[in-house]
Amino acid sequence: MALEYDIVIVGGGPAGLAAGLYAARARRRTALLEKGVIGGQISLTETIENYPGIESIGGFDLAQAMLRQAESYGLETHYLAATALEQADGKWLVRTDQEDFLAKAVIVTAGADYNRLGVPGEERLTGRGVSYCATCDAAFFKDEEVAVVGGGDAAMDEGLFTTRYAAKVYVVHRRDQLRASRILQERAFANPKMHFIWNTVVTEILGEEAVEGARLRNVVTGEEWVLPVKAVFIFIGHHPNTDWLKGLVPMDNGGHIVVNEWMETGLPGLFAAGDVRRNAARQVVSSAGDGATAAIAADRYISEHFRE
Amino acid sequence: MAKPKDVTDSEFEQEVLKSDLPVLVDFWAPWCGPCRMVAPIVEELAQEYDGRVKFVKVNTDDNVDTAVRYGIRSIPTLLVFKGGAPVAQVIGFRPKSELKKVLEKALS
Repeated sequence: MALEYDIVIVGGGPAGLAAGLYAARARRRTALLEKGVIGGQISLTETIENYPGIESIGGFDLAQAMLRQAESYGLETHYLAATALEQADGKWLVRTDQEDFLAKAVIVTAGADYNRLGVPGEERLTGRGVSYCATCDAAFFKDEEVAVVGGGDAAMDEGLFTTRYAAKVYVVHRRDQLRASRILQERAFANPKMHFIWNTVVTEILGEEAVEGARLRNVVTGEEWVLPVKAVFIFIGHHPNTDWLKGLVPMDNGGHIVVNEWMETGLPGLFAAGDVRRNAARQVVSSAGDGATAAIAADRYISEHFRE
Repeated sequence: MAKPKDVTDSEFEQEVLKSDLPVLVDFWAPWCGPCRMVAPIVEELAQEYDGRVKFVKVNTDDNVDTAVRYGIRSIPTLLVFKGGAPVAQVIGFRPKSELKKVLEKALS
């Protein structure tokens, strides 16, 4: 027997939590499914200082506050992973690794996961010096030399965080300039512990039991060398968690779900919000806005299509 | 009531390595968000496996020696010890169902 809800939200990041808040306040019986950590990417973010009205807050704390707020209005949270979505007699059946859920409307807020480099040594040494979360792991590399791979906001943010512990932070970036926002670039260039290695990619991560170095290649000159570092922090973008919806809902080439301005997918009662959707700004505030919009649209959809 | 006990560097040998029961060690630190998600799950498991598995926590900020000895480079990390040696390792946040599988395997 499937558990029955008005609205099921798949994913507990800012989009899903905002959708949950709005859906619960609309007095819809609402379930939020989360496969990992509430907050998603933000729960791994040290500090958020661009959420309007909140000058500075830990990402984990912001996520917990959003969860408490939504649950106080009746949102129910289930910690399990959605595996498939099927249309079922005018409703939606969400299959998970445990119970099934039946919903009048589904909001997909499954977010995005970090990209891996895909080089030898990376998987084997994950948790042994290869990391995708400086906030979690930087403290284990006190007074060591480490590398950060990437040139975006996350790479700068996490690289700057890492300088609190590490003796030296090498930023390895495949281009000759950063993609990060100006303010983070300014801070990164001003930090004496940050050293930039331009036009360079990581081709292998070296070490037996723990990371001992990274093999690098300059993409302009072709020069190869080994950088002796104890950790490699990787921040090279994200991909949307939409593999489980392939073939069901229209997506762009990057796997982002195509929606209109009401977060409607074109399939009745199915909405997508936040990092899973096409053209998302991928900010906490825009994701929360998306989630609210989707919940309002889902509430209206249920009013129009189901007798109450 | 079984609640995970905080164990220090100096207590580790007695509490973990010399334990008759298998021991699950939760390596954590106060600044680590995902660790704060793992903690309640470990507490629930401690209830469910009371009498079969011992549950302890090691704060890696205060107990650097133990963290270094077992090569902890990322937290949360859970290590399961049996007869004084680590037999299973889980790095990063995992749902409860997955942790139970690891424990069942370590117990069998």
